[in-house]
Amino acid sequence: MIRCHRVRSALLCLAIVPLASSLLAGHLGAQATPAKGGALFDPIASVLQSPRCINCHPAGDVPHQKDTHIPHLQHVIRGPYGTGSPALPCSTCHQNRNSAEGAVPGAPGWRLAPLSMKWEGLTKGQICESIKDPNRNGNRRTLEEVIAHMKSDSLVLWAWHPGADRTVPPVSHEQLVRDLNAWVAAGGPCPSN
Amino acid sequence: MAFTITVNGSTHTVDVDGDTPLLWVLRDVLEMTGTKFGCGRALCGACTVHVDGSPRRSCITPIGSVRASAITTIEAIGSTATGKKLQEAWLAEEVVQCGYCQSGQIMSACALLTAIPRPTDADIDAAMSGNICRCGTYVRMRTAIHRAASQA
Repeated sequence: MIRCHRVRSALLCLAIVPLASSLLAGHLGAQATPAKGGALFDPIASVLQSPRCINCHPAGDVPHQKDTHIPHLQHVIRGPYGTGSPALPCSTCHQNRNSAEGAVPGAPGWRLAPLSMKWEGLTKGQICESIKDPNRNGNRRTLEEVIAHMKSDSLVLWAWHPGADRTVPPVSHEQLVRDLNAWVAAGGPCPSN
Repeated sequence: MAFTITVNGSTHTVDVDGDTPLLWVLRDVLEMTGTKFGCGRALCGACTVHVDGSPRRSCITPIGSVRASAITTIEAIGSTATGKKLQEAWLAEEVVQCGYCQSGQIMSACALLTAIPRPTDADIDAAMSGNICRCGTYVRMRTAIHRAASQA
């Protein structure tokens, strides 16, 4: 009985090993093939379309809050300069760092992105084209300038330190910079959708 | 740690931790209780003061961030022309019920009229929606703001 059990176990192992090898090879094969073309923008889009970024790149005059993108409480509006209405500016509550316990998020220069830099409602491809266009990317003439902005702007960096229990973008900031460099090196290709 | 701040034109040196909210310093240390605690999270506006003329929620403003800025509270706003007109309008229109939110309301209204001397209803909405009134005297506040604005 024990001898039969050992034979069956050996046969089972012999059957499993090729299957596992095949699956592993397939997985490694998938990882070994780098993204190219418009797919290079996918991880970048996952950051730009995450709540911490897109909430302040609205298509209208109202910022959004939370992962549910609700309109900002207290009837907060863009105002003439993206810093709120004259009597309820962003600085009324938002300071140059998160408040105690992160209740109120903060970073230097807290403001909305200009309307020209709206991402709300755009597809990945449209956002990609937008950040390459100086008329829609804050007048950045080269993709290297776009990278510099994503690398060091205080409001961008805040997204990974948002305070309280706010979610962070799906890739780390360091990975985002690597993905941006790869995307720029490939000429900044945009997804078709 | 000692901090020297300017409140309503007077200089005060207070010995507190740098992350002590300005509201605590005003009420507990300087005993200026006109500014109120409502929520402690910048949601209600009861703690509104002016810092260099701009409205600020004192409940989340650490004293260490104030530095040499000029702080104005409800205790002194009536000595400004706009503040005086607002307080008179508030009385004339009988705005106040319990009164708890009204310090913050007047500070925000004063910032509004300073920036926009003749505000529209939309301007008033944009400026004042951050100040909550549980008694619901919003209609009277709007009337009082228009009244004060008309007295140029």
